[in-house]
Order: sequence, then C-alpha cells, then structure tokens
Amino acid sequence: MPEQYILKLYVTGTTPNSLRSIANIKAICEAYLEGRYQLEVHDLYQEPELIRRHHLIAAPTLIKEHPLPYRKLIGDMSDTDRVLAGLGL
Amino acid sequence: MQEKDDIQQEITSSMRNYSDIDPAPLEKAPTGIDGFDDITRGGLPRGRPTLVCGSAGCGKTLFGMEFLARGAAEFDEPGVFVAFEETPDELIRNAASVGFDLAALSAQGKLAIEHIYLERSEIEETGEYDLEALFIRLGYAVDQVGAKRIVLDTLEALFAALPNEFILRAELRRLFRWLKQRGLTAVITGERGAGTLTRHGLEEYVSDCVILLDVRMAEQVATRRLRIVKYRGSSHGSNEYPFLIDRGFTVLPITSVGLEHEASDERISTGIAQLDAMLEGKGLYRGSSVLLSGTAGSGKSSIAAHFAQASCARGERCLYFAFEESQQQILRNMRSIGVDLAACLEGGLLAFHNARPTQLGLEMHLALMYKTIRTFRPRMVIVDPISNFMSLGTQIEVRAMFTRLVDYLKTEGITAVFTSLTSGSAIDNLERTETEISSIIDAWLLLRDIETDGERNRAMYILKSRGMAHSNQIREFVLSERGIDLIEVYTGPEGVLTGSARLAREAQTREAQLDRTAQLELTRVRLEHKRHAIEAQVAALHAELAAEAAAFDTALKAEQGRDARFSEDRDRMATQRKKGPFAARQGKGE
Repeated sequence: MPEQYILKLYVTGTTPNSLRSIANIKAICEAYLEGRYQLEVHDLYQEPELIRRHHLIAAPTLIKEHPLPYRKLIGDMSDTDRVLAGLGL
Repeated sequence: MQEKDDIQQEITSSMRNYSDIDPAPLEKAPTGIDGFDDITRGGLPRGRPTLVCGSAGCGKTLFGMEFLARGAAEFDEPGVFVAFEETPDELIRNAASVGFDLAALSAQGKLAIEHIYLERSEIEETGEYDLEALFIRLGYAVDQVGAKRIVLDTLEALFAALPNEFILRAELRRLFRWLKQRGLTAVITGERGAGTLTRHGLEEYVSDCVILLDVRMAEQVATRRLRIVKYRGSSHGSNEYPFLIDRGFTVLPITSVGLEHEASDERISTGIAQLDAMLEGKGLYRGSSVLLSGTAGSGKSSIAAHFAQASCARGERCLYFAFEESQQQILRNMRSIGVDLAACLEGGLLAFHNARPTQLGLEMHLALMYKTIRTFRPRMVIVDPISNFMSLGTQIEVRAMFTRLVDYLKTEGITAVFTSLTSGSAIDNLERTETEISSIIDAWLLLRDIETDGERNRAMYILKSRGMAHSNQIREFVLSERGIDLIEVYTGPEGVLTGSARLAREAQTREAQLDRTAQLELTRVRLEHKRHAIEAQVAALHAELAAEAAAFDTALKAEQGRDARFSEDRDRMATQRKKGPFAARQGKGE
C-alpha cells in the first residue's frame, strides 16, 4: 500500500497566483500521486485563523502534512522540479 | 583644546537644534520612553514607520516593546507586536524583567503578540508568490485590538527564510505602503550590517525616521548610545545620547541643558565655620559646583560630610553618591569625627546611593544618578569620588559626562560637591589631574598633605571660587572627634609649617619669648644689684668721710687743747719773766 499524501493548499482569493497554483498542483498530483493523495484548498481570506495556526506568510503555500518531513511549498507551483523535490518525489 | 572645542560645538549644536521652530509640526506619537520624547520633540512620527537599528543585544526589541507597552498603558493606543524571532512567552518574560506586564495588557485587549515562525529548511520556493498571508494576519491582529501602533521585530528574518529577494523586496515596499495606509505608527527593527545601517538595507523603505542604537565596550564596560540618524520634517537632537536599560529604557538628553541656568546669589554654609570665613564669611553660592580634590586620606570625604550635615541642618535634602565606601562605613567614619550622618539619614534628609564605578559604564552611572536625583529631589548632591570615573572612559567622555551632570544640577539649582582623588603630592600634579573638569567647577578646594619631620599633615586652600573674594591663605586642618578645625598655619622664614613642626615652632617662639623676658629680668636684677652696690659704696664712703671728719674733729680738739695749754704755759712763763721788764715787753710784742 503506497503512502497517502495529505496536502493542503492555502491561497488568497482568486489572484492569478492562486489560480495558477491550484492548476499546477492538481496536475502534478495527478501525474505523480494518482490515487494516493488528498488535496484541500483553503482561501485565507475566508479562514484567516489558519494563517496563525500554520505560520503562513506567503501565498500560495502548500503544506505537506503527510508523509513526513513536514514541508511548506510556497509559490504558484510552476517550478515542477522544485515541487517534486519539496514533496519528496 | 580640541576637546573643549568639540564639547562647545556639541553644546551649541544641541542648543540650535532645540531652538529651531518647526514650520509645520509633524504629528508625533509619544513613546513614553524616558528622555526619548525630549530629544525627538514629541516622539515618533505618527502614522509612519520608524527604523530602529543596531547590533545584536543593543536594545532594539526592548525599545519596540516599551513603545507598545507605554502606548497601550499610557496613551490609550493599543498595539501589535510582531515577533519573527522570539516566542510570545520569551517576550513576556523579557518584558517582565524590565517592568512591563505584556500578559496583562494582552488580557485587556490592548496588546497583541503575533509570533511568526519561520523555518528555512521547511520552505521550498516553487514559483511566484506574495506575502498576502502575512498581510492578512497583520490586518487581522490590528483590527482585533484596534491597534494604532505596531512593531515588526525583525523583518530581516524574512530574508533568511525567503531566498527570492526580488519578490521579498517588492513585498516589503508593499508592506510599508500598507502600514502607512492603515495609519499605524510603526517601529521596524533591523540588525546592523557591515557598513550599512541594516544588513538587508531596510533603510531604503523607511524614509521618515531612523534611529541607531549602539552598544560599545570600553574597558570591559558596556556603554549604550542612541542617535537619531534622520527624522524627516522634524528637528531633533543630533548627538549621540547615552541610554540605559534598567526599568525600561532611559535616554539621557542632559547635553541639551546648555548654559541657561539661573545663578543664585544665595549663600549657604559649608558647615565649617572657619571655611565659611575663608569664603567671605558667607560660604558657597547655592547651586554652584564645588570640587574637593586631594591625595588619599587628605580629608575630602570628611569635608563633604560636613557639607551634608550642614545641608540637613538647614532642612534641605542631600543626596550622597558614594562610589568608594559603603553607607555603613561612611556613617561610622564620620561619627568618629563628630559628624552624625545617621541622624540626617533617619530624618529622611540624607540619602545614600552606593555603587562601584567599575560596575557600570559612564552613561549608566550618569543615568542612574540622574534618575535618583529626580526621585529624591535634593538641594545638594555629593559625588564621592568622581576620580574613579576617569578610568571608565576617555578624557572627553568623562568630561562630557561631568558637563552634563553639572549642567543638569545647575539647572535644577542643586549645589554639587565632587571629591576627587589625586595621585602624587607635587602641587603641579594635583592641579593638572583635574584639568578635564576644573573649568566647569565654580569653587575648588585643594587638600594636600604636607610631609615634614616624619609626619603628614593636612592643609587646605581655596584654589578658586568664582564670584567672591575668597581667602588666599593655606589652612591646616585638623580632624578630631569634634569635627574639622581649620588652623592658621605657621608661616615664617622656614616656610609653611604644620602639625608637630608648627607646634614645635610655636613652642620655640614661645621659648624665645620667654628667654628674652628672663634676660630682661636678669638685667633688671643686675642693675638693681649694681644700684645696691653703688649705694653701698656711697654709704661706705660717706662713713669713711664721717670717720675722717670725726678723726679730724678729735685732732682739732686735741690741737686746740694743746694750744690752750701752750698759751697757759707761755703766760706762766711770761709771768715768770715779769720779774724782768724786758722779758715782759718782748712777750707782749708777739
């Protein structure tokens, strides 16, 4: 049973960066983690308390909660190599 | 000479700064930080960011913390502390150690502490981003407490966490715009860089006000200084101001005092009648500064103690800064010369402040003295001794410190008494060692030991006393259980004599006096004798004469007797011859 990836993406409304990051991470997950990932997308404007809880400063930020190590990926996820490195793939 | 010019320049420049009038005064937010609002003429620019920079441990965080805590507590301006490095717990603990209760302010909803945790190793950059999450969080916290003030300590942590400097700089510009739009009076801290104010050039975003904090080590003692590098649209003190961190921040704007103090005509007794007599019989001017300098054991503290006692006797408070002896030691020592300082202490008119000079830096001392003086409100301040401070800084620093202290005391009309220990006994040396401070002193009493005939004796004279015709004489002073006694020294062909030599010389003089009296008496007696002798001789001669006269009388009588008998015999013989007429005639013819 391959490891389940729990990923949370925090964006700020529908800025170009937000939209690009959602599209990019979805594509990467489909390509590399098909069937073994959960991706939640949160809008920080709607849930500002999440910022403090997760120590967010940048948007978009993707948090890899599982598997360890815990990582924060910031940016629009356009640099696929970096995203894969961050995800440990 | 150079130093004097520097100080003069410093004084005039600070005076100029203070006399400037702002054409359109910038609105300012008072920090409540002791002294800081004076040098900035009201505080930080309201609604604008201020950069506070300095090296590690210089007090940046504390400055920000106090700005917020006082804002919330004293000026009804809630604030947000954004900590990039320290956790709220650490901040609360640190603040408590200098007397601020951040937890209470936080509970009252007047203060929010936002800790922003950044861990470079957890972060991967994957493309374009912005710091909107930070903005949302800040906006949220500001709204939560209705913040008017914000501290960002320190934004430079962002540079370590976010490698894309291009994005970061753009976002920082946006952040500063945002702060201004929100009308927040902000303090941004930054670590000092090599050759730049901040390591990452934060100063390029803050154009309104930049404050530089500095901590320098000299002779193993830390000295903190604050300088306002720029303050757009406002005049401000341009010097480096010493500050201390004690119960919060204290900046010392004492340099700004200048020379505008009133000069009192009132005279106060020194507590030593003979010394008052040397000072026109009236004593010192109130509010003047007096230097008592002399070698070890020459009696400086004893004289100072008399001053203190006299002050208390007038019902005026006296503050005694003791930098060499403990309070108990001073009390005991002064009791031994009949000065009961304990009574003054109990009466609440005398207070001691003891510290080792080497314990703290010059500025810290000055600040503490300044604080103590403001709290105790004395009419006289004694600093015993100031000479120990000489080692704490360069000549110019020490001099600047005393200029500030003396100026401050003068402005307050407080009489200042400084004692100073000088090394060496050569008179030139005595006078030279004090050149740094002598020019700012009004009256200078020089105490010296005079060493002769195997003993040391104390002598005192008034080297200068501005504004009065003081005595030019040297006095020997003698310490006894009744206090200080100033005695006129013996001056004669051998020079100035003191102690046993004086006593001996006085005895000699007395003896010589006695000798002369005896001599005269002797002469008188001799004359008397002579008179007696002569009178006796005269009497003897008279007696001789009388004897001779008597003898002559006797002889005369005898002769007369003989004559008489001779006539009788002749008559008888004539009668015999009358028997013949011739014989009778012949006899008649004789």
